[in-house]
Amino acid sequence: MAGIIDVRRLNFSFGSGEIERPVLKDVTLSIDKGEIVLMTGPSGSGKTTFLTIVGGLRQACHGSVHVLDQQLVGSEEQVRIKIRQQTGYIFQQHNLLKALTALQNVSMALEMHDTMTEQQRLDRAAAMLDAVGLGDRMDYRPEQLSGGQRQRVSIARALVGQPKIILADEPTASLDKQSGYEAVGMLKRLAKERGTTILLVTHDYRILDIADRVVELEDGVIRNA
Amino acid sequence: MNIVNWCYFPARLAWRQLVFDRTKLVAAIFGVMFACVLVFMQLGFRDSLYDSAISAPLKLTGDLFLMHKQTEAMWRPAKFPRRELMRALGHPAVVDVIPVYLGLASFKNIETRVKRTLMVYGFDPDSQIFDIAGIRNYRDGLRIKDTVLFDEYSRPEFGPMRQLLEAGRSSTEVNDYKVDVIGLFHLGVSFAADGNIVTSDLNFMRIFPNRNHNAIDLGVIKLDSGSSIQQVQRELRYQLNEFVDVFTYEELLKHEKDYWADMAPIGFIFGFGTIMGLIVGLVIVYQILFTDIANLRYEFATLKAMGYEHGYFIRVVFASAFFLAVLGFFPGLMLSTGLYYLAESQIFMPMPMTFSKLGTVFVFILSMCVMAGVLAIRKLKAADPADMF
Repeated sequence: MAGIIDVRRLNFSFGSGEIERPVLKDVTLSIDKGEIVLMTGPSGSGKTTFLTIVGGLRQACHGSVHVLDQQLVGSEEQVRIKIRQQTGYIFQQHNLLKALTALQNVSMALEMHDTMTEQQRLDRAAAMLDAVGLGDRMDYRPEQLSGGQRQRVSIARALVGQPKIILADEPTASLDKQSGYEAVGMLKRLAKERGTTILLVTHDYRILDIADRVVELEDGVIRNA
Repeated sequence: MNIVNWCYFPARLAWRQLVFDRTKLVAAIFGVMFACVLVFMQLGFRDSLYDSAISAPLKLTGDLFLMHKQTEAMWRPAKFPRRELMRALGHPAVVDVIPVYLGLASFKNIETRVKRTLMVYGFDPDSQIFDIAGIRNYRDGLRIKDTVLFDEYSRPEFGPMRQLLEAGRSSTEVNDYKVDVIGLFHLGVSFAADGNIVTSDLNFMRIFPNRNHNAIDLGVIKLDSGSSIQQVQRELRYQLNEFVDVFTYEELLKHEKDYWADMAPIGFIFGFGTIMGLIVGLVIVYQILFTDIANLRYEFATLKAMGYEHGYFIRVVFASAFFLAVLGFFPGLMLSTGLYYLAESQIFMPMPMTFSKLGTVFVFILSMCVMAGVLAIRKLKAADPADMF
């Protein structure tokens, strides 16, 4: 059975013609349901590009990218929007909305789904914030929270919609060792409870031990997949 | 997604973003308010001009009105022969014709002795052409030589006439001719005349010694109550010389109003002012929305990465534009109402805050904000998550 993320012979370049610069070369990677995969590699190796293609943020033309049984190569915008809605994204910066409280930020991830009432959305967002240990910070705005707390809010935001896949782009980059490790540990624990698949891009070697598998991307080529 | 949430969620986000940055919100509201006041004042002055232009014809009583074809407005009439009006008497439906003499004359302030121009209406006191109680009551007094009635709504520069009359000081000069003010009536000023006096046709000739009794400015025609005004108008047009125009009451009002709207560049000036006000407001709102999108593009890109569609952000921008329009309009309305009141009390021009004007300006301000939104949403393209992460 193919993985929940199944990438075969993916090629991607920036630019075209003479200035064409290949970023991903023949990348093949399959990730099973519930697996936690860390992708490491030096900066400029194409990690983030790979993540944005898998997350449906960027369109690739060559090879095949199956996510949740949807082909993303050459796909319609609507297909990619659907994939984005079923994927939790955690960014390098916390990328929270400054004008909103922690609770409002988390429930933004639920406003795309029309099946819930406002109260249900807020309850679920509050439960999620409780789970990341911010039950007493729900009405704080991002600027009133520490870096680690903000990243935990954004983890809550990524998880609250119960996505099958979490994509994380250097989630510890702006955190110190302690809070970075805590945040990722929390992400792992919550993901394991729910059977969520995680693809985490990082060059923070302090967090390698949370992974089920580590792959290394160097100059657009997978080393030890 | 149901339609309520389709609007409500983006509107709620727009609202939360707006109230988060109070300083910018206040600046934006002031911008819209400024445009709002500008438009209100321009439209207010324009309508006041039109209203005041017809303040005198509005009070005329008559069924048809004769004027020379070259008369652009009543305050600057071209004269025509009195016999032309008399010929109208030949029509079986015409029961009365009244010649009216009009002229601008200088009136000497009794206190300060400063001269200022006002409008003089001359007609036979027995034939009432104005539906104004003050004039009717002084009918007999006007038959006396060198008597005039003074419009109490004239600008204050002519002097506090009521107090002066009560103090027994009624003698002054019109066109350097000595007259006696025997009473007051109420008509109202216009852009053409700062004040009005009414006198008899005979006194009018004394005030204007160069005028001839046979050259009149306006002819008022009264018809049999059973006759059709339109039909008599058609027949008179056919019978009378072609240098006179025959107006109905409504046509006369329109003729006076159109002079200011079309002939004089006034209508254009106020229209231009209105558009400039809206453009200034448009630029301010556009600037606010544009910088908002620029500043929030990371947040928007984040939401896009979470699966929000492009249309959602367009709705956020338009919701912001709508909120700014509403938040700026109401303080603008309050300020404008105050300024209207001030204008009425200071320059004695009628400036009512009508419901239709309120609606017009709101539609203008809303369109202005929507237009700013249309211009600003191009910036949304910059919020592409693929280019940001």
